[in-house]
Order: sequence, then structure tokens, then C-alpha cells
Amino acid sequence: MRSKWSRVAMTAAAVALLAGAGGAGERAAQAQGPTRPAAPGSQKENAAAVARGKYLVTAAGCHDCHTPWKMGANGPEPDMSLALSGHPAAMTLPPPPAPSGPWIASSTATNTAWAGPWGISYTANLTPDPETGLGQWTEQQFIDTIRTGRRQGRGREILPPMPWPAFKNYNDADLKAMFAYLRAVPAMKNKVPDPVLAAPPR
Amino acid sequence: MFTRRARRASVWGVVFGALLLAQEVSTERPARSGPPERLRDTGLYKDWGTRTIAPGNLPFTPQYPLWSDGAAKSRWLHIPPGTFIDASNPDVWQFPVGTRLWKEFRFARRAETRFMERTRAGWQFATYVWNEDESEAVLAPAEGVRWNVPIADGIRHAIPSQADCRACHEAGPVRVLGVTALQLSSERDPNAPHAEIPAPGAVDLQTLVARRLVRGLPRALADTPPRIAAPTPTARAAIGYLHANCGSCHSDAGELKSLAFALDYTLDGPPEQAAAVLQTAVGRLSHFKVPAAEDVVERVCAGKPDKSVVVARMSSRNPLLQMPPLGSRIVDEEAVQLIRRWIAEDVAPAPGLTVVR
Repeated sequence: MRSKWSRVAMTAAAVALLAGAGGAGERAAQAQGPTRPAAPGSQKENAAAVARGKYLVTAAGCHDCHTPWKMGANGPEPDMSLALSGHPAAMTLPPPPAPSGPWIASSTATNTAWAGPWGISYTANLTPDPETGLGQWTEQQFIDTIRTGRRQGRGREILPPMPWPAFKNYNDADLKAMFAYLRAVPAMKNKVPDPVLAAPPR
Repeated sequence: MFTRRARRASVWGVVFGALLLAQEVSTERPARSGPPERLRDTGLYKDWGTRTIAPGNLPFTPQYPLWSDGAAKSRWLHIPPGTFIDASNPDVWQFPVGTRLWKEFRFARRAETRFMERTRAGWQFATYVWNEDESEAVLAPAEGVRWNVPIADGIRHAIPSQADCRACHEAGPVRVLGVTALQLSSERDPNAPHAEIPAPGAVDLQTLVARRLVRGLPRALADTPPRIAAPTPTARAAIGYLHANCGSCHSDAGELKSLAFALDYTLDGPPEQAAAVLQTAVGRLSHFKVPAAEDVVERVCAGKPDKSVVVARMSSRNPLLQMPPLGSRIVDEEAVQLIRRWIAEDVAPAPGLTVVR
């Protein structure tokens, strides 16, 4: 019969194994298939990266803002027919409410347009459409974007509420997997409007 | 009570856990301890009190300076004794481990001194922020300083973040942007915007080669100092400006090559290759849509600066529109005038090129 201490030790070992395994991405990979690595560049490897990327994109909450929300039978839910296509270009909006007291930001019911001290930002089209999405981006540009908070790693700054300061802590393998998945989702043509900037503080 | 099996499990649990955690920690640890906390400890100065530069740190003055909102700058290069720069690829010099560079930025007072060093683990970048009375300069936070010293009415200088350093210096194959065969050529362009008189004792290509600090430079460049081959002085200055201010990112050798927009001037091509700058710019549609300017669609529209996206973007400091997207908050008016003049007078439609709309 195992003692209480043995159970504690086993639990500690399991926690340590998980903690040491490199975070959510590694755990996802473990959960999704054999541990023997596929040959680099193979179809099998790409399929594994896409599957892991799907897990990461889903768990990281990318749909929360990059997929427009609609009212469903059980309340608001992401409209998966528009998955990851960003703020709908056709949507016209009145000016946002002025910030009041401690309330600093507001968002639309779609969760795709956000207003705050920075101005108004619209969530990007992450699908592989070449004209309006990430279709022309390289994997490295995607990684550099998340790491630097600048478009394609070198362009203008990405605006709130995109949590890139948290996501920059993903390792390269995680970000590559996410990009592999974003390349595999259906392309959707949706030209998201440019942000509207508030005047900078003087 | 511990059973034998439970003891074995607990021991292996701890060992495995410790090994894996140690591995995790070790992969997170930087390869070295990082740059010193204070500028005075980087080796720039022989005597901090008098701000005397150490003798092994060589001043240099690029012929096409980067626009930094009118900052006055001083620059120094340190090559460890007994080592040298391998210049056999004239566009991608290889610097020895131990190379250090500093660049001091001054507005009304010293604002920052940027520092880069090639370590065994690779290049590291840092910048040091001067305090009000210039008695100390300390390592800037990784996220930079968004509003530093005032540089114009209501505008303050931005100290770059670590990511900003890497955005320019890791965009292409070259990490050191100001110490190159073209930038240090003794055949200096008198029409370069904000051309500087070389600092006293400044090294140039010739002196670096003579002192054997640069070796392997192709013979043709050693015999004839490189200069931009261009049909007119205006074109030469314009191409030089675009090379120095835009070409580190806009290159077909770097991370943004997918844009197919190269503004860097390379020395390894034939002399007439000044046109390379033109090939990806003149008559080429921009991926960028200039707001409220639907007829501004070509990167460079021959003869028409007002229809050129390059002019629209370098004339703006709207953060969504401006070029460069970082490192500047004031338009370089002198350069805008130069580029406008170049497009109006010197740029002809690219032969055989049809603009596809």
C-alpha cells in the first residue's frame, strides 16, 4: 500500500515534470501525439505543428478578439464562420463613449474594436488572405511581431489591447506552430480599418 | 511510513524534477552577464572625470548619417588588439569577438550613448541614459524611455527599447551599420544631408586598411575608394540617404525581403547598379495604402514626388504612416527636399516597366 508521502512525492514529480517541460506548448505537443519527432519539413511534422498551433491559438484566447462575436442561443459567442478574420470591414461604428472616471476602455459587442487612451484599434485579420490578412507574411516576421510589438517586427507599433508583452514569452517552437496553424485556416478577405490614434501626451 | 517503492518513486521524482527544472532555468539564463550597469564601465573612457576617451577607441564619421531628429553625434569603434575586420565581402564585414561601438546622442545636452559589443555569444545591444547634469549615464530599461529630453516644442526624444535596437540592427546580415566600406570611404559625398565634418582623428576606410584593422577588402575598392555610381550629384546623395536611413530594413538580404523593396546600395555589383534602388521602387506599387490619398500608389512615381509613397511616408510623423517607423519624431525636411528634387528631376520611368494596377 502506498503511503500518503509517496503520493505527495509522485505528485511533486509530476508537477516538476510538467513545469520543466517548457510550458503550455510542450504539454500540448505531449497531449497530441507520439513523442518521437517527425522528420524536419515533412508533411507529418507540418501536420503536428498545425495541430499544436490550433491548440495554442485556442488556449491563448486569440478568438476572443480576432473572431467577431455574435449573439448565440446561450449568449455571446465567437462567430466561427468568420474565424480569425478580425474586425468586420463592413461594420460602421459611432464614435466611442468618452472615458469616464476609472473606466478607461470600451469595446464593441463583436469584441473586435477597442477604444481607450491610445485611440481606437481594430483587431487584425489573421487568416492567410494575401491582400488583407497574413498571406504575405513570413514565419520570421510573425515571430518578430510578437516579440517586438511592431508589425512584421519592424513597422508601426501594435496597439492595445493586443497582449504581445505576454505572448512574447512563447518560445520559437510555439510561435512557429501558431503561425503554421494560421496559415492553414481558411483565408478570408476582410480589410480591417486602420486604427485611429489619439494625440500623444506632451 | 515509506515503502521501498515509495522511496524510490520519491527519489526519482525529485531527481527528475530537479533535472528538468535545472534545464529549464539554464535555457532561460542569458549567455553572459550582459552589459555593465554604467557607461563608465564599458571601456569608452580612459578618465570618466574628464570624459577622456580611451586611446584604443577610434572616432569615425559615416558619410551618410542616420537622421535622428537633429541630434549631434559622436561615434567610436574598438577593435581588440591583434584582431581585424574581415572585409572580403565588401557589403557584409565580419567583426572580431570583442568589437565594441559607441554612439553618443546630444540635443541641448547629452541624452544617451548607445553601445554594441560582439561577444562570443553574438552581438549585444544596450543604451545608457544620461542624467540631467551629465554626471552619470546608466543602462536604459529594456523597454526604453518613451519620453526623454525635449527636442522641439512638445516633442521629446525616445530612448530605444531592446527590441527597437534589434529591429534595425538585426534586420539584415549586417549588424554594424555605420562602419562599412561605403560609409567610411574617403570619397565623401558633399551633398549628403547633414553631412558631418569627420571628427578629429577619425579613421576612414583608407586608414583602417593601412593600419591592418580592415583586411581582405577587394582590391578594386582598396585602390579606388567606393562611391555611389549615379548620373547626377542629386541622385548620388538621394541614393546614399535612402541606403543609410532605409536600407537596413528595406533590403533583399534581410527579414523584409518578402516586400521586394530594396533601398540598400551594395558594392558587389557592377558600377551601373545604382539602378538597383530604382528597380524595386520606380513604378512599383506600394503594399501600403496612404490614407486619404488614393492616387499615391507607386513607391517612387517618376517625375512626381507628390504621387510617391516614399515622399508621403518620410514627410509624416503620424505613427501609422511615418517612415522610418521608429527612431524619429521630427521630419527630416532637408532630406524630404532632396528626395523630392531627385524624383522630380532625375528619376525617369523605368524602361520597359508597366505599372500594374
